[in-house]
Amino acid sequence: MSATGTLVLSRPDETRIREAPRLWQRFTRNRLAVVALIILGGLGLLAAAGPLVVASPTEQNVRVRLQGPSRDHWFGTDEVGRDIFARVVNGARISIASGLASVLIGLSGGTILGLIAGYREGRIGLGVMALVDLLLALPAILLAITIAARLGPGLISAMLAAGFVGLPGYARLARASTLTIKRREFVEAARATGLSGAAIVRRHVFPNILTPLIVQSTIGVGNAILLVSALGYLGLGAQPPTPEWGQMLSDAQRYMLNATYIGIFPGLAIAITVIGFNLAGDGLRDALDPVASR
Amino acid sequence: MTVYLLRRLALVVPTLLGISLVVVLMLHTAGGDPAELKLGLRADEASLRRLRHEMGLDRPLAVQYLDFLSHALVGDFGRSYRSNAPVADEVVSRFPATIELAIVSIVIGAAVGLAAGIAAGTRRHTLFDYTSTFGALLGVSIPTFWLGLALIIVFGIWLRWLPISGRVDPRLGADPSAHFLILSSLVHGDWVIFKDAAKHIILPALTLAGWPAAIIARMTRASLGEALDQDYIRTARAKGLGEGLVVRRHALRNALIPVLTVVGLELGGLLGGAVVTETVFSWPGVGKLTADAIAARDYQVTQGVVLLLGAVFVGLNLLFDLVYAAVDPRIRYAQ
Repeated sequence: MSATGTLVLSRPDETRIREAPRLWQRFTRNRLAVVALIILGGLGLLAAAGPLVVASPTEQNVRVRLQGPSRDHWFGTDEVGRDIFARVVNGARISIASGLASVLIGLSGGTILGLIAGYREGRIGLGVMALVDLLLALPAILLAITIAARLGPGLISAMLAAGFVGLPGYARLARASTLTIKRREFVEAARATGLSGAAIVRRHVFPNILTPLIVQSTIGVGNAILLVSALGYLGLGAQPPTPEWGQMLSDAQRYMLNATYIGIFPGLAIAITVIGFNLAGDGLRDALDPVASR
Repeated sequence: MTVYLLRRLALVVPTLLGISLVVVLMLHTAGGDPAELKLGLRADEASLRRLRHEMGLDRPLAVQYLDFLSHALVGDFGRSYRSNAPVADEVVSRFPATIELAIVSIVIGAAVGLAAGIAAGTRRHTLFDYTSTFGALLGVSIPTFWLGLALIIVFGIWLRWLPISGRVDPRLGADPSAHFLILSSLVHGDWVIFKDAAKHIILPALTLAGWPAAIIARMTRASLGEALDQDYIRTARAKGLGEGLVVRRHALRNALIPVLTVVGLELGGLLGGAVVTETVFSWPGVGKLTADAIAARDYQVTQGVVLLLGAVFVGLNLLFDLVYAAVDPRIRYAQ
């Protein structure tokens, strides 16, 4: 975290608002960040309005099963004659919502634990971090599988699993930022005025550790989408006939020898979505922290 | 170094205990009552109760956990509900396939990642840099299982160059799971099997290598870039050293230390995290074993595999931490 990034947010509110246009300018000067905005904007539109326009994602029609892309079915049809384009479009809503929900779970849990561990150093802080580090002691996919298996297969389980997998990252980041912020003078000053620990954390520490957390969670959405779709592929996530991209690919693999196209579009959709979030995260980091981007 | 070693070792025991507690509590009754799973839905209450008693499921949870732990310490992780084979045996017989795949993948990943990272780090803001950075972005954005499917489509179905599943052609009569196939066929000079096994490993290894290659490239670029901005590099250039020597002798030596940790972490991830890739390619390793066990709701096996892989992951992290501390004195003094 550079001094510039922190300064921007540690000034009083009016300056923060005046900084916003400059931040936007820095963000949009980055060509890749603009690409990210276009991708995410398009996906947002697709997720919001797409399902209203396209055909039904679950309607089966065996007379047109396993047909390649055509004018009637842009991405072709699957093994029971469902329109793959309709399924991919409907999947956008599911993937984006599940990615955002997972990050919200990991981010809120991680931030609270990180704030506690950072502000109360000593035994409480160490205890909290030991628990958090335990989540890091297993490879991500194994932890996710364990959680999803415990909760039973389903989209909600996959979201919760992806959320928990992300949690330790946010907790560590929040703790590290809290440790630096709480030694700053304005926190000292707040303490001198007799504010309680909880109030100091809420009003003075929390707003100042947000910047790195926002950058991290933007990239985190992409990672969560990857994990949710991997769990879907393994059969632990969304269940048929939900048009979830990972789950669609697991079905597709069985028919791929004869109909290669059905293995292409859902994967492409995941990749484009994740690229969008990763680029947006990189762009945000560069805009908020110009020193690190050189 | 000894103090650091001891302190680091002392952390391993509570970590392993913590993992085992979490995993056992979460999985030992996941998917329902094990007795019911074993006897089926039509079993009567009396025989269910008898089996629960035989399996020790009617004891307090803490007792069950301690019992599991004492058995696990001597290598007994229970039996598979499905095959009734000891879980430890299943894992051990499947592990060589996973190790072989992980090693080939990390070698590819590290070679590609280092080459791309060095090219990008020494020529910042050139076409090299942008290409490598874009490649790394793809590497962390494309879902592994789809990369696998895409490779299957292109090299397996369209071009028909490479086989798309398994470790070796079953018609060749090689045991598909018992040992290190590539290594042993090489040692025994069995070229037919060696060639076939090598062909089989290419696509899954490339699939698995994508993520580590991207992470290693990013890390190398950042680390090398930082090293090249240091004062001692200016000194080296000022004394008239050629750029190649400056990079090789001064910048890379320092820049590669953090990369080493990343390689270690990624290798651990490959050993424990190949569940998806092994499923895509029907690779008969521990990852496929995990996926199959979950599909069959055989949580005794799932629990054993997760625990053993967790232990391997913790052990590898420890090993690479120690190597890291050995090559960079700053680490052990900073603690």
